[in-house]
Amino acid sequence: MGARLISLALLVAAWYAGSQLAGARLLPDPQAVALAIIEEARSGALAFNLAATLARVAVAFVIAMAIGSVIGFIMGRSRVADRLGDPWLIVLLNLPALVIIVLAYVWAGLTETAAIAAVALNKLPIATVTVREGARSLDRALDDMAQVFRMGAWTRMRHVVLPQLAPYLAAAARAGLSLVWKIVLIVELIGRPNGVGFEIGVAFQLFDVTRILAYALAFIAIMLAIETFLVQPLERHVARWRPQPA
Amino acid sequence: MSPAGVRNRLDVAIKQKSYRAASGGKLHVLGELALSLDSGKVAALVGPSGCGKTTLLRIVAGLDHDFEGSVTLPAHGMLGMVFQEPRLLPWRTVEQNVRLAAPHARDDELQVLFATLGLATHRDHYPGELSLGLARRVALARAFAVKPDLLLLDEPFVSLDNLLAARLREELAELVKQRPLTTLLVTHNVEEAIDLADRLYLLSASPARVLADVPIAMPRTPHKPEELARLREEIARQINCAYL
Repeated sequence: MGARLISLALLVAAWYAGSQLAGARLLPDPQAVALAIIEEARSGALAFNLAATLARVAVAFVIAMAIGSVIGFIMGRSRVADRLGDPWLIVLLNLPALVIIVLAYVWAGLTETAAIAAVALNKLPIATVTVREGARSLDRALDDMAQVFRMGAWTRMRHVVLPQLAPYLAAAARAGLSLVWKIVLIVELIGRPNGVGFEIGVAFQLFDVTRILAYALAFIAIMLAIETFLVQPLERHVARWRPQPA
Repeated sequence: MSPAGVRNRLDVAIKQKSYRAASGGKLHVLGELALSLDSGKVAALVGPSGCGKTTLLRIVAGLDHDFEGSVTLPAHGMLGMVFQEPRLLPWRTVEQNVRLAAPHARDDELQVLFATLGLATHRDHYPGELSLGLARRVALARAFAVKPDLLLLDEPFVSLDNLLAARLREELAELVKQRPLTTLLVTHNVEEAIDLADRLYLLSASPARVLADVPIAMPRTPHKPEELARLREEIARQINCAYL
């Protein structure tokens, strides 16, 4: 904990030094950005835009994780499904995020549905690939055990399969969350009338670096809170059976 | 438990079983092999390592359908199995491991089972916190908890030290006495087979055939030294015959 605080303090110090060198217009100092955050918070704009972005992140994330995991699991278990799905996966993995976003807006209009679909489609193949790896490495010995003892489909899924997939799901979720929120900002910048991405777009046109940093930092703080208070406790719960080093 | 008149025998009649070897040829694992086992009896399959014992057990367990021949399970065909490794779910406690396999087991029955196997204080432990001996006991408890019509044991005491293996054998014999169970035990340990079984099936090297079947006069009771010597001699004679 102490090391992390020192590291963070060093970052702020470097930032301050950089702003002295570059000038407040190119890189405003930490104090100015903090004041801007407070200003935006007081007007209510910060909460409104953060909420809009967060809602898009949540919906796109859940859709991509759910569909991506199911497809990944099927591809990991069935060789035929893997052969059929693999070319699609490669196409989707290598399609630039920007192309998907622009096409979604062209085909479905500048709508919320198009925005969320574009984000989900960007994240989906990564979830699929990760979960497929997990499904491939499922333990045959435990499978046999479950079959001999005639465990039902639900019991097998919940007590035999999912715990084995948990590390892969966690990896997909963690990588996915940071990717999704970055793509959501681009989607908002291009075709939404609110959200952090939209605000940053406006600030860019006004060359308002202070506001860009204010929104970026506020959102990073929220993602950090989600990581600390949601993702990490969940991981600890899932890994509770692993023997702890004494 | 099963109503009278229900056929309660295990019948195994295998014509042959072979694997496709990686080099392309066929690998014969089991030759022509027939055995049957009456309700409540314990049979031991004894044979050299690698003779196909585990393959045979997997066929009986319904895990391998790729063979020529037939297997008829007793009555309802509920299986209990102890694998060579404990095969517990590492993310579930001892008690959860048993209950997931045997969701209908009553609390008092489980209590007796855990007490008999010395697991009473380990119910809430995770498998990673257990020694191999304890983990094997959990695997035994799980197999007994389902109240199987047929119990399959695949070298359940291998890689345990002699003292512990002997203790677990006694506990297993105790459980079989409490609740007569049709049991197929696979082992390469003749002593273990004599200690536990009503009948020994001696298997040849791969592809496995039944060389001889040796009944044990007073199963699961301490054998007199001369009786033991006689059995060992007979078994050795049968095995030697096959190789001459």
